[in-house]
Amino acid sequence: MSQGQDGAEQRLVTPGMAVGPSTGKRAGSGVIAQNDAFIATRLGWLQELNNTVSVNPINATYMPRSGDLVVGVVAEVRNNLWFLNINGAFQGLLPMSLAPWKVEFGAARMHMDVGDVVLARVQEVDECHNVVLTMKGVGLRKLNQGAVLNVPVQHVERLRGPNNERLQQLRDMSDCRIMVGENGRVWVDGDNNAIAWSRNAIQRVASEGHKTNFDALMAELNTMNKGDA
Amino acid sequence: MGGYGDVQLLRDDGKRLDGRALDELRPVTVEAGVLPAADGSARVTHGLNVAVVAVYGPMEAHPRKIQRQDRAVIDVRYNMAPFSTSDRIRPGFNRRSREISKVTADALESVVLVERFPRSKIRVEIEILAAEAGTRCVGITAAAVALADAGIPMRDLIVGVASGKIEDTVVLDLDKAEDNYGQADLPVGILPNTGEIAFLQMDGDLSPEEFDLAMEYNFKAAGEIHQIMVEALQRRYEGGEA
Repeated sequence: MSQGQDGAEQRLVTPGMAVGPSTGKRAGSGVIAQNDAFIATRLGWLQELNNTVSVNPINATYMPRSGDLVVGVVAEVRNNLWFLNINGAFQGLLPMSLAPWKVEFGAARMHMDVGDVVLARVQEVDECHNVVLTMKGVGLRKLNQGAVLNVPVQHVERLRGPNNERLQQLRDMSDCRIMVGENGRVWVDGDNNAIAWSRNAIQRVASEGHKTNFDALMAELNTMNKGDA
Repeated sequence: MGGYGDVQLLRDDGKRLDGRALDELRPVTVEAGVLPAADGSARVTHGLNVAVVAVYGPMEAHPRKIQRQDRAVIDVRYNMAPFSTSDRIRPGFNRRSREISKVTADALESVVLVERFPRSKIRVEIEILAAEAGTRCVGITAAAVALADAGIPMRDLIVGVASGKIEDTVVLDLDKAEDNYGQADLPVGILPNTGEIAFLQMDGDLSPEEFDLAMEYNFKAAGEIHQIMVEALQRRYEGGEA
């Protein structure tokens, strides 16, 4: 997303719109080749990088990829596994062998029940979009406190900023622990005032994230007093 | 259709009762992103028709038995509000809304890249708030804008538009009187960029020549409506950049 700012002129395309000849170029995400021409398949900003034409979508659904850090909510419990809602088209599966505890068969519910929130990582995604999650890894755990906020998936990169700079800035300003999941869920923990301030800031990313003057809007946060939240 | 041969639908000056030319559309407006709770939404007015569409998903398909292993299912619910016509409509599903939901789902399936989301479901809720003939076309147009607004990948947008026959004359975009007392109605769903047809129904009889003329009108109108749809989607994100 951030490449858009330093790129050339941006063009908003709608599904079905012809976006140029396909000769010598590759179709990236949001673009298909049809009769020697590229056709946009999503509403978004056209982008050409490294000879690849793609569309940066304005709205998107989270598509899990292995290695992604996600904030999941337990949706179903079975004897030996959990199904997690990871804010995508498909639920993620967390088998007890990949949980951080020694779980007896049939005792999954003792550790996590429906509605519990966890920080997990995507272990693998197969061709049928079966998503396997893992909680074995540094920092992966059940989240017992704090708040979970949502940002649109396509704005996650903007919330982080280059090299996580903006995220670090937010952490410093808010005095909160903040974890950003690739799936658009943000976990925030701190005292009540700090959480309220962070909620305000993150809501601003959600509503203004697609705008050109986003950086200026975020800079205003510096002046936003915590008492105002 | 038919059976009301003595109702005058064309004026002596050759225009229609509401003053439109034979190949003239009713005024169309499109607005994208009208419902904050939905993943994508649109409101389309077409003459006196008003349709609001909300799109949710792709999401896990429940119950599991409706899941398809190789593609997403599109779950369309077309509903007319009880107050949408002069006679109150009994709320809930009926034979007509079931049929329209099905044909709309089939039409949308041919443009949405359903194979990208196996085992999931895309929910499309079409609510007709005011009806004045041609609601299935308005519903399809609005659903296409709402799907694009939700960021769902599609091969093309799809435009719903209808032509018909009144007093042995082919006309574009029937209004209520023309629909009730006319001789034929030909609603189609057109993919504006490729010119393909995703949906076609015919009520009444048309000769091959009349059919060709009706389709010519439909394609011309689809181009006009498509332009309005694209402008609506672009207008929503004015001032933005990736």
